[in-house]
Amino acid sequence: MTYSLLLLLGVGLLAGIFGAILGIGGGLIITPVLTLGMGLDIKYAIGASIIAVIATSSGATIAYLKDDMLNLRVAMFLEIATTVGAVLGAVLTGLVHANFLYFLFGALLVFTTYNMIRKLLSKASDAQNVQADQLATKLNLNGTYYDKALKEQVDYQVQNVPGGFTMMFGAGFASGLLGIGSGAFKVLAMDTIMHMPLKPSSATSNLMMGVTAAASAMVYFFNGSIKPGIAAPLAIGILVGALIGTRIMEHLKPRLIRMIFVPVMLYLGIQMIAKGFGVTI
Amino acid sequence: MIQKNSKAAEMRQVERLIGRILRIGVIVSALVIGLGLILMVMRGNGGYPNGIQPTGFRTIFNGVMALKPYAVIMLGLFLLILTPTLRVVVSIYAFAIEKDHLYVWITTLVLVILIIASVIGYLGH
Repeated sequence: MTYSLLLLLGVGLLAGIFGAILGIGGGLIITPVLTLGMGLDIKYAIGASIIAVIATSSGATIAYLKDDMLNLRVAMFLEIATTVGAVLGAVLTGLVHANFLYFLFGALLVFTTYNMIRKLLSKASDAQNVQADQLATKLNLNGTYYDKALKEQVDYQVQNVPGGFTMMFGAGFASGLLGIGSGAFKVLAMDTIMHMPLKPSSATSNLMMGVTAAASAMVYFFNGSIKPGIAAPLAIGILVGALIGTRIMEHLKPRLIRMIFVPVMLYLGIQMIAKGFGVTI
Repeated sequence: MIQKNSKAAEMRQVERLIGRILRIGVIVSALVIGLGLILMVMRGNGGYPNGIQPTGFRTIFNGVMALKPYAVIMLGLFLLILTPTLRVVVSIYAFAIEKDHLYVWITTLVLVILIIASVIGYLGH
């Protein structure tokens, strides 16, 4: 037992470090390790990873809060959509076939990898000429943040609020169904659909992940999907790992880490999809 | 202008408070989970028959009183799940101080959804 405890602690530590650096919540890393590597039922892997998401999110939010980077209004407004989606997703896991979950999870890994590659290739700047739409103004969603790299205060407007809201419902649903933070979807909704700058988008996504995950975690907690012997060492490992990760991030170029990570994620994603079709590679 | 400055200072204070509450929540839950893990290693098992774990409030409470490892861990995990919820509660307070009534309502709605989620989870088990 001590061996598997130490193993889970180590897995958590690594997931925490990479999760914090890459901003993906740790759930995407833990689920394949637990199911493919340790042969755990995907239902329990999902329960463990939702705990991982909350641990990473709470840790990262503490760091971001000091920077005034996150947009609390955008977070809370969109959180209506993600929490409703998350509860629906969590309730449905019991009814959905495991193979379908594997497939969905694999597809999401491939999608996230695609996003990472896109970010690696593009040299896009945050400078966008965005007109706030009426709804955004009415909801007071437009914001401002201090960009340390540019050394200036950046004001920004928000667009296409209904589109972002719909996307967030999907992100919440995936999060509840698969026990992930679906940070990639959240950033996509804010950054691509609503045209928020990337930095406040990912900071806000980090905060939202924890709240979304909390909504579905309650369902998992009471239905016995969260196994204490598995979730506990992972949670401790992740909390420590996330602390180390945020320290490392200050010294490392995220670009380098992404380059190391892309092939690993792609491989795991394809393996999971194959498992969804009943093939073990 | 003076009023605006004092308001900004007040907001910063609230944000610092949110940060502190989150940190305390995370540390306390980590300590409880850690204690459960130590108990588990000392006992060599979770304190429950194979495949069984406490999920209801009463069984967890009784288990914690008896220092059963799994019950202590579940309590810690429950506290960890509560931290983001606590954050939502404090945000309602922050918006109230800003006199932003629209967002007091929006954030309250999020809190209500979270509470409904717990009730669904509790009744569904």
